[in-house]
Formats: sequence, C-alpha cells, structure tokens
Amino acid sequence: MDTIYYLFQNMLPVAISLLLVALGGMFSEIGGIINIALEGIMLFGAFIAALFVYSVQGTDMSPQTILLLGMVVAAISGLIYSLLLSFAAVTMKADQVITGTSLNMLIPAAILLFAKMFFGSDGITTNVNFYIREVHILGKIPVIGKLFFQNTYLTVMIGLVFLVIAVIIFYRTKFGLRLRACGEHPHAADSVGINVHKMRYAGASISGILAGIGGFFYSVGITDGNVNGHTGVAGFGFLALAVMIFGQWKPMRIFFGALFFAFLRTLAYSVSLIPFLSNLGIDQTYYKMLPYFATMIVLAFTSKKSRAPKAEGIPYDKSQR
Amino acid sequence: MENKNDLQIKKFKFKNITDNAGFSSFASAMMAIFFGLVFGFIVMLVASPPNAVAGMKYIILGGLGRLGDVFYFATPILMTGLAVGFAFKMGLFNIGASGQYTMGMFFALYVGFMWDMPDSIHWIVAILSGMVGGMLWGLIPGIFKAFLNVNEVITSIMFNYIGMYLVDMLIKGNGTMYKSTTTRTNYLPLESQIPSLGITGTNVNLGIIFAVLIGVIIYIILQKTTFGYELKATGFNKFASEYAGMKGKTNIILTMAIAGGFAGLGGAFAILAPSGISGSSMTYEPINMIASAGFDGIAVALLGSSHPIGIIFSAIFISYIKRGGTLTSLVGYKPEIIDVVIAVIIYFSAFAAIMNSGLSRIIKSRFKNKELSHIEEDEPETTVKSKDDNTKEEE
Repeated sequence: MDTIYYLFQNMLPVAISLLLVALGGMFSEIGGIINIALEGIMLFGAFIAALFVYSVQGTDMSPQTILLLGMVVAAISGLIYSLLLSFAAVTMKADQVITGTSLNMLIPAAILLFAKMFFGSDGITTNVNFYIREVHILGKIPVIGKLFFQNTYLTVMIGLVFLVIAVIIFYRTKFGLRLRACGEHPHAADSVGINVHKMRYAGASISGILAGIGGFFYSVGITDGNVNGHTGVAGFGFLALAVMIFGQWKPMRIFFGALFFAFLRTLAYSVSLIPFLSNLGIDQTYYKMLPYFATMIVLAFTSKKSRAPKAEGIPYDKSQR
Repeated sequence: MENKNDLQIKKFKFKNITDNAGFSSFASAMMAIFFGLVFGFIVMLVASPPNAVAGMKYIILGGLGRLGDVFYFATPILMTGLAVGFAFKMGLFNIGASGQYTMGMFFALYVGFMWDMPDSIHWIVAILSGMVGGMLWGLIPGIFKAFLNVNEVITSIMFNYIGMYLVDMLIKGNGTMYKSTTTRTNYLPLESQIPSLGITGTNVNLGIIFAVLIGVIIYIILQKTTFGYELKATGFNKFASEYAGMKGKTNIILTMAIAGGFAGLGGAFAILAPSGISGSSMTYEPINMIASAGFDGIAVALLGSSHPIGIIFSAIFISYIKRGGTLTSLVGYKPEIIDVVIAVIIYFSAFAAIMNSGLSRIIKSRFKNKELSHIEEDEPETTVKSKDDNTKEEE
C-alpha cells in the first residue's frame, strides 16, 4: 500500500507538468498552429524562472511565494519565446514544424553557452525547497489526504486549477469557440469577421504561457531545481504532444492521458523500489523506454480516426480559397 | 533600334540569373546564414563584449587552418543532411535522423568489434551494416506513417529516444565494446576502420569521398529515374500522384527506409574513422544524449534547399563554422555558440524563401521601371517563372 501511495505522490508532479504543456499544445493547435517548439518553450521558461529563483534564493521570501513568482516569470518568458513561433508561423507564413524545430535547438545551445560561461557548469541549480511534507488539516483526511496532500508540491494544485480554467475557456467562452473555428476552417471564421491572425497569435501565446509554466513545474517537481542544457526537459515537450493527440485535443481526455504517461514514467524511475518489478531483473533502461513505446502504441491506435483540427499546420492566406 | 536590342539582351541575362531556382535558393541560404551569424555576433556581444569581434573572426576564418577536420566532421552531417533532404522531397519531415544515425553507429560498431572477418572487407561490411541499422530505424516510422497515419515527426522523435536508450544500454552491457575506465567505447580494431586519406593530424578518411559520391548518386536518382520522379510528384501533391497511379504508401516506406539508411551511413562514417593519433579510433560515450548530428542534418538540408548537391556544400559550410566555433573557446566563449547560430539559420531558412521572393520582387520592379518599354511582352513569363520558384522552394 505504501508503494501505491509513493507512486501516486510521485506521479502527480510529472502528470501536472505534462498536462500543462499538453494543454498548451492543444490551445495552439486548435487555433491552427502546430507547436513542435513546446520542448524549447518549456526549457526557456524553466531556465529563466530558475535564474529568478537563483537570484532570490538567499532572501527571506517563503518558498511558496518564490514558487508563485517564479511561475509568473516562467509564464512571461514562455509567452515571449512563443512569439517567435507565432511571428514565423502567422506573419511570415513559414513552415511551422521547421520553425519549431529550430526553436527547440536554440535554447539548449544558448543555455549551455551561458551556463558554461557564467556558472562553469551545464546548467543552473537552485536550492530552494518547494517540497510540502503535509498540508495543514487537508493532509489528515484519510485516503485522499495521503494521495493528494502529503509529500507534494504546490504545483499540483495550481495545475488542477489551470485545468479547470482551460476547460472553461475551451467550452464556455466566445474566445474558445472562435479559436477552434480558426483551426477548423479559418476562411469561414474570417468571413464572419474573426481576425484569424490575431486569434492564432492568441492561441500560440496561451500555449507559450502554459508551456513555460509546465517547464518550470518540471524543474521544480522532477529535477529538484536543476535546469541544464544537456538533458533539457528529456523530451517532455514531445511527450506532451503525444498526450495531446491521445487526448484528441480535448482538455479532460488530455488530463487522463497525462496521468497515464506520468504513471508509466514514474514506474520506470522507481523500479528498484517495487519488489515485484525489481525481482524480474529486467534492465531499468527498458522501463525508461516504456513511455516512448507507449506513445507509439497509443498513437498507432488513435491516429487513424484522428480528430485533429483540419487547418492545423497550414498558414492562413486570405487570398487563397 | 540597336540600342533596344542591347537592352533586351541585358535584361534577358539578368532575368536568367534571378529567376533561376538555384539562384534564389542560394540567395535565401545566404540570407539565412547572414542572419544566423549576425545573431551569433549579438549573442557574443551580450555574453562578453570585448571579445566578440575576435570570436567572430575565429568563427569565420578559424576553419581554414583545419580543413582536414572540416571534411571529417562534414561527413556525418552530410549524410544526415541527405537523410532529411531526401525525405523532404517526398514531403516528409525526418526529424529522426538522430536515432537513425545512432542506430547506424551501433550496428557499425557491433560488426567492427564482434564479427570475425577477412581484414580487407571488414570495414566495408561494417559500413553496410551501419546502413542497415539506420534503414531499420527509418523503416518503422515509415510503416507507421503509411499504414496507421501516425505523424512521422512524433514517431521519429520517439524513436530517437528509444534508439538512444537502447544503444547506450547495449554498448554499456558489452565488455568488448565498452571500456568502463574511460566511460567510452574501445578503440576499434584497425581492419574495421575506414582507411585514412593520409593527411597527418586529422581524422579525414575515405568516408567524405563516399558521402559526396552518394550525394551525386541521389541527385541522379531524383532527376533521372521513375522512382525519383514519383517521389517528387508525391511531395508536390499527394492526391494528384495517387490519382496518377503512384503507390503512395510503398513510396513513403521506401523513402523513410532510404533516408534512414543515409543517416545510418553517417553514423558508420563517423565512428569507424581513425583518429588523428595513430592506432586509435573515434569513440562514443553513452551518456543518454540524443545525437546532435541529426539536428545539424536538418540545418544542412534546409540550407541546401534539399538539393543533393546543395547539401554537399552546406554540410561542408556547417562543419567549417563548427570548427571555427570550437576555436572561440580561446577567447572565452564555448563551442555551443555555433549551435545557436545553426538554430537561427534554420529559423530564418524556414521563411527566407518568402522574404527572398519579396526582396527580388522589389529589385525586379526597380529594374523594370528603368525599362518600361519591355514590360508588356515579358510580364506573363515572369509571373509564371516566379511562381514556379516559389513552389520549388517550399519543398
């Protein structure tokens, strides 16, 4: 039973990070922009936020305040970085996948360059402890308290709030409907007076914000405050894309997809703690490959009848009908 | 009357140059490189202002003193560039060149170390097995794309990770290949190394010659064979080519497998090389990192606008500035500056074609204003040609 609690508690920060980034990808794609650059945006947000945390970590600010401020910093930097993508994809009508790839390559290189020059290492490590042993009162609730409110991070609760907001924006606002129209049939949207370029900028910017925050939460909950250019975010941006496809561009399904992938990953990294699995004697590397394999299998089953936005990846050109 | 003829000839020549597809892709590549270098310079200015000029000088001129290494390091990225560019022709984005490269490298290493063979053909077999490894890793995303409609970008990225973990695990678990004291692979037996070109102090070997030859062969395949034609036709318009009776699915799988084979060859060329110090060879360190050669290949392919001959030159160029980039550490920078430059080059080459056509339109319209008398008869032709250019560049 303790193993299950342990797995669950470790899974949640991973799931939240994946969830936020996948939701980001969703907002970009339902607007019609393929956001391959999620990986780069995550890393950029994580790095700038880590720089911020690094600069305030000596002061007597409480860790959870730093976390919230760091989140804002990550959101802003993610937004700024995503503008590079939207500028290329919307204004310049460039190939979105290629642009995204270049943005993914830029950040690890830039981090390595600056970190090696100024910190003498591959990245930056902060030593603020964001970990929460137990939340007051809530942690005392029998099962639920142990699952959600012990050995956790504030990021989990923030992430769930973001999920609710995303659902509301997606289904209940004019903006969400218009954004989806721009991804499905931009000409139709344009004909009823929606500014497709503006909407696409908005969609990509939301994805930048969420991916930036997701990157910061990744560094907080998974790598203990270390952000480096070598491992980056270990393909989480791409896994998030897979989660998004798995979730068929719908927020709640994305949430369950994120939980599933996070579970696999947590399992892979805690094999040695689970007697049943470590007794099997399978090399741990196989477990590390598991999430990627699972992605392949899941995609194989879901892509055939995919509900991808129809106009995604196609630059909007008013003159073409 | 004579004067008018003169003008016509002059104009005809000018148009010949600017409307040529090769010229405009060359111009857009130049523009991307220019922006990349300018951005690199800005980054260096931000990082350490007093050394920026010296650093830039190293990047631009530093490669000259180490041409042998330039060619050695051009070999793998030339191959991965072909892997990406070849798939581009078909409209597929082969981001998985890294995994295919790693797989090819592993297969080549395995054969080089573990198989017992006559000395004279050992290295050839090792190279070919590298190709097989890469093909395998290209084939799977191809099958997924053709039969299950899974986006090849995501599949190949997943296979980058799977390949990387798999290869690192297999190498670490093999006592003959892995030397735990250096945490790198052992030196290869001499007979499985590619013969050196004999330039002392460098790694340059026969691989670069093979790579260039392969580039030329691909050019011929694309231009002169039915397969090449079908490939390009599918790249231009999937539905039209399907309607014309071309087998889209088979071609997708074939293209991905061939592209993977190229990347695998790149891995083989990179690892089977003798190093500058005699008796030793290149080694690989399994530290769970995705090979950068695949991503450099994307830059190479884009700079060369997916044209095999263009890719040969752009690979040498990228390798050249990379060599220069390693020298920037002499003035306090790190070699990663070049990766920044390369990323920016890719970013701009994604829309350099559009910017370029805009620019050339401005130049042309200026030129035309001076020769108003000829506009009427030449106008239609110009538009048709420039349209053609645009579609070519968007491949």
